[in-house]
Amino acid sequence: MAAKRSFKGGVHPLKRMHHGKILSENSAISACSVPDEVILPISQHIGAPAVPIVAAGDRVDMGQKIAEAGGFVSVPIFASVSGTVKSIEACSTLSGRPCDSIIIENDHEDRLSGDIVKPVRLAELSGQQIIDIIKEAGIVGLGGAAFPTHVKLSPPPEKKIDTLIVNGAECEPYLTADHRVMLEYPEEIVRGIKAMMKALNVKKAIIGIEANKRDAIDAILKYTHNENIDVTVLRVKYPQGAEKQLIDSVIDRQVPSGKLPMDVGCVVVNAGTAYQVSLAIEQGLPLYERVVTVTGAVNQPSNLMIRLGTPLSHVISHVGGFSGDVAKVISGGPMMGVSQQDLEAPIEKGSSGVLALTHKMAKATRESDCIRCCKCIEVCPMGLLPFLIDAHSNSNDFEAADKDSVFDCMECGACSYICPANRYLVQSIRLAKAELTAQRKKEKQ
Amino acid sequence: MDKFAMSSSPHVRASESTRRIMIDVIIALLPATVCGVYFFGIDALWIILVCVASAVGTEAVLQKLMRRKVTALDGSAALTGLLLALNLPVMAPGMLWLPFVGAAFAIAIVKQAFGGIGSNFLNPALAARALLMVSWPTAMTTWTMPVDAVSAATPLAALKYGGDALSPYLDMAVGNVGGTIGETSAIALIIGGLYLLIRRVIDWRIPGVFIATVALFTFIAGPEGLFTGDALYHMLGGGLMLGAIYMATDYSSAPMSNTGKIIFALGCGILTSVIRLWGGFPEGVSYSILLMNLVVPLLDKAFKPKLFGTSRRRAKFKGVTE
Repeated sequence: MAAKRSFKGGVHPLKRMHHGKILSENSAISACSVPDEVILPISQHIGAPAVPIVAAGDRVDMGQKIAEAGGFVSVPIFASVSGTVKSIEACSTLSGRPCDSIIIENDHEDRLSGDIVKPVRLAELSGQQIIDIIKEAGIVGLGGAAFPTHVKLSPPPEKKIDTLIVNGAECEPYLTADHRVMLEYPEEIVRGIKAMMKALNVKKAIIGIEANKRDAIDAILKYTHNENIDVTVLRVKYPQGAEKQLIDSVIDRQVPSGKLPMDVGCVVVNAGTAYQVSLAIEQGLPLYERVVTVTGAVNQPSNLMIRLGTPLSHVISHVGGFSGDVAKVISGGPMMGVSQQDLEAPIEKGSSGVLALTHKMAKATRESDCIRCCKCIEVCPMGLLPFLIDAHSNSNDFEAADKDSVFDCMECGACSYICPANRYLVQSIRLAKAELTAQRKKEKQ
Repeated sequence: MDKFAMSSSPHVRASESTRRIMIDVIIALLPATVCGVYFFGIDALWIILVCVASAVGTEAVLQKLMRRKVTALDGSAALTGLLLALNLPVMAPGMLWLPFVGAAFAIAIVKQAFGGIGSNFLNPALAARALLMVSWPTAMTTWTMPVDAVSAATPLAALKYGGDALSPYLDMAVGNVGGTIGETSAIALIIGGLYLLIRRVIDWRIPGVFIATVALFTFIAGPEGLFTGDALYHMLGGGLMLGAIYMATDYSSAPMSNTGKIIFALGCGILTSVIRLWGGFPEGVSYSILLMNLVVPLLDKAFKPKLFGTSRRRAKFKGVTE
């Protein structure tokens, strides 16, 4: 194994607390209790919302398809419990936007759907068949973005793909879900990777894992002998798992502005997604539950296998409730996660973590004037000038923000994290992007 | 149902703050301050106190008058005052109005008039020193020899004009020579500089390139032909350490990109050497930093950090499809 690889920029949040991961990294994946009612939003992925194929009053089995993909860039949704469809109505979601959701009353029988049949062995499947199985299992990127995996695996023919990169970086502080999946299901992950290599017709796959997950690296290495699968040890640094930074770290290729990984010959999937792919192919299981790290100011920080649609309130009570005076609840990690107003929203396909922060941990900060220390430039993994974009945005000069490449920002939060003046850099960058997008929409009309 | 705080990500922040950075620089300057008071006596302490107090006071009064948030206690004004004091020669208590005028000018005109912290394009302490130099040149260039309190030439003046004996390296390293209150002890300044590097308040580029350029330039352009210069004398003498480590690194008047920083420091070093070797003054650190401060907007325009995906490395992959 070569020296630890990395990218330029980045930060080390919560380094002294082992990046917050110490709370849950040693807790083995356990099943979360199942609620009496699950709420399944029809849009849990990037792309067109799924179209419900059940109606109120219908009896459904666990793993039964309840909503059909709404287009090519879309995936179906499956019942995560057996029971009766109660209603289809708009419910609050983790993103904060309400979304039509299928609510199922749980009969607690966990009757597995008859549709789930074991398909043939991997060797007998063609690349296209593998992609179809992945699509029909409703699989999306489980790292957080929830982009349909079958779309990633179907690049246009003119894009020559030579490498599949598997993201096992899990650079967000506090989160340990991918770590545990890699540690506990290394064989399945490797088999999932082999299936996706076949689907993409590539000869090489590389798994990038941050150096602080030594046990997961060793576990995976046990199963990669005699395969064209390498493990690359990455420096522990945030955002090591950001797609463009990961590709840069692992194979020294930089995805240009506005381009996609396939433009530099690779496809990136999350390690947890690889596990899900193996379940779909070997056991015919669709995506109706996932591993989520529930951590921070809760009584038993854990990595839980949670049925999709389980409300946050149920998840929090499963881990013994909050410990201490919780100020913020975040879906995802502390750097890019979305803060929650209440605990009504359900766990969905893209949920990687639920994090409770006390007043002390989430110290509310007040902005002061920029001192031009340029630490934001130093840490920006995209080579941007966050403090300048902030200044443009605050003076409503969005065109200038555009010129300074505001759209290249992926909102990783490294700049806001490091800023000694506590400037709300990411927030004003988001504002500039939203304003510019709205302006362009107007111009088109 | 509970209601929780909503905010835009990220939800955690590093424990850095403006005040912490300013306090770090003040801590780094403590050894040099102590040396200054030790060698130049209690009069030096009065100058330091007057500078700090009038800088902080001016900022507070102005911010109150302008109805802005009063941030005079964030350490930045105190630091400007301290830096100005360290850039002044020791003078009798009857002259204390001079440091007062300097500190008030630094804060009112150079800093607040241009928008306050982060917006000044000149280093406030250096601009104030320049004002005092042109307004009261005699007071500003009467150097008192430490300990025995007699007037004497600074090491660089001795080198430039002759007549006085050159100072021994050891005296220059510890600070037992003529000069401004804070510039004479190279060792104390370097210790503080290392602290700032470790605390990551500054990076190596500006002080490193600045000092190296002066050393190289003065060594090459020696008095007896090429490569005969006394680089060590130039490094230890005058205000090079104070200027390179603490003044040229001022956040708001230094360039933002790494390339910009290197060119800025190179310019500071060349100008300092040229003034010292061929200019009308024995010392040129302050003026060269001020001159280079003026170039910073151009450097910032010309040298922006490289946007991800535009570096040469990208060319390594032949299959890149446009």
